[in-house]
Amino acid sequence: MIIKGKAHTFGDDINTDDIIAAKYLVTTDDAQLGQHCMENIAPDFVRKVAPGDILVAGRNFGCGSSREHAPRALKGCGISAVIARSFAGIFFRNAINIGLPFVELDDTAGIAAGDVLEIDLASGIIKNLTQGKTYKTKAFPEFLQAIVAHGGLMPWVKAKTGGA
Amino acid sequence: MGLTIGEKILLAHTDGKSIQPGDFIEARVDVALGNDITAPLAIEEFRKSGVKKVFDRRRIVLVPDHFAPAKDLKSANQCKVLADFAHQQKIKNYFEVGCMGIEHALLPEKGLVLPGDLVIGADSHTCTYGALGCYATGIGSTDLARAFIDGKCWFKVPATMRFVYNGKLNKWVGGKDLILFTIGKIGVDGAAYRIMEFAGPVITKLIMDDRFAMSNMAIEAGGRAGIIAPDRTTLEYIKQAPLAASTYKKYKARAAKLYSDKNAVYEKTYTWDVSGLEPQVACPHLPSNVKPVGTLKDVTIDQVVIGSCTNGRISDLRLAARMLKGKKARAGLRLIVIPATQKIYLEAVKEGLAEIFIKAGGVFSTPTCGPCLGGHVGILTEGERCLATTNRNFIGRMGHPKSEVYLSNPAVAAASAVTGRITHPDEVI
Repeated sequence: MIIKGKAHTFGDDINTDDIIAAKYLVTTDDAQLGQHCMENIAPDFVRKVAPGDILVAGRNFGCGSSREHAPRALKGCGISAVIARSFAGIFFRNAINIGLPFVELDDTAGIAAGDVLEIDLASGIIKNLTQGKTYKTKAFPEFLQAIVAHGGLMPWVKAKTGGA
Repeated sequence: MGLTIGEKILLAHTDGKSIQPGDFIEARVDVALGNDITAPLAIEEFRKSGVKKVFDRRRIVLVPDHFAPAKDLKSANQCKVLADFAHQQKIKNYFEVGCMGIEHALLPEKGLVLPGDLVIGADSHTCTYGALGCYATGIGSTDLARAFIDGKCWFKVPATMRFVYNGKLNKWVGGKDLILFTIGKIGVDGAAYRIMEFAGPVITKLIMDDRFAMSNMAIEAGGRAGIIAPDRTTLEYIKQAPLAASTYKKYKARAAKLYSDKNAVYEKTYTWDVSGLEPQVACPHLPSNVKPVGTLKDVTIDQVVIGSCTNGRISDLRLAARMLKGKKARAGLRLIVIPATQKIYLEAVKEGLAEIFIKAGGVFSTPTCGPCLGGHVGILTEGERCLATTNRNFIGRMGHPKSEVYLSNPAVAAASAVTGRITHPDEVI
């Protein structure tokens, strides 16, 4: 799967309250959540995102609460993938479980806001089309690849239990 | 090769014979928890799966606590989703307003989480139960939906970091200060994807409420669990829970086996002498931005919140009441005290603590997570500053993005309510 989009850049320790403030956790609708994504730290973020864009962050992306509404809000506002130096544990599993593509990349600092990026999830290759650079990321372990291949945890469990 | 407590508990919940960090496992969970924010999403996913019946109605716990008693219409709808699902699936451990409390104070109090249990909760502070010697960890709503189906959860086995605390604690210094100190030292991702194991003579002497406060904030350092080996203090605590004698006996026997092997492998061990440690305060906007209370004397505050899954237990309220007895909160400052459960609420009333808070000019609220996550009962407006005994101080956590939250123990919070600025308890008592 190839994902191509414009980069929106953030720093380290972007927490789930940043991604979606608790006052909006009164819906389970991705699109509604998406309208308030990053509101507290970047009020104009949602307006700037075009469907398919890519979020780029530093260390410990998605730290804080367990709210699955965070990766859902990112999906809901049009973000197609997240690239970060590292991801917090619960965000990591939530993203896997709901099928939000993400990759870990050691050097995200060189990516500038507005750069057009192309991620090949299968090979783990990221191309920065604006800067003419190529980055290689680590592939997911086999166990996680299987969940991702099924499109998330629920379809994977369904397949495992024979559709019961 | 020996195992750490965390590894032992995970292994005991699989069919495997061995375990090591980095392994992917599918484990059977003892308890699966959801609240009024996270469970509605899980219930929706469960319904979409087409499965009609949950795997075991006795192992699911549902607590409306975040926006409950319902703060508005949308929250009321979410709470109703929980109530309807509990009714339909005959889930006994659903706690309606009037019986409920903040989940991470309520479950231990009720004896629903016990040493050696594997607990998943769609709430990041599920790690609180590590204080009882559980492997307890925060997961997402889809994880919870999956557990509703077959009682299982996937885990990547984390490596373990050991934290050893030596020395003698100063007066007014407790579990909250130790965990803030720890997060300050290692950072908000200092234990990312690790099991944190707390040990040493200082931990042995801590009362359960202080241990809960420590394990509770393991997630604030990125920890997947914050485990303390069960000991006499743990057993005395679970003895007070409404358990059958046979159940107590079973868990007592189990607790005796819950220790890390001498040859267990730790990725890293931190050893600190915490003698002379001052009460710690986390400054905006990260729990790792920690300073000794004495350096923050000039920070004025508009509101004090005493409560939450970190510090809303009876010993926390006793500490605060000791500070506030016969005194008034500073004029213009809002003091909000929220006992974590109905049981704690009643104890606080019986012991006269409620009266002390009310006479001090404080609000004494029904249990709720409320202001901690900017839900209700004490939202901050632009430019306001709060000192809270809660666990997070991210931008906008308690309301306006231009408000500020400082985190401390209950004694510091209560002392500061009297003076209107961040204050060492010694200054007030």
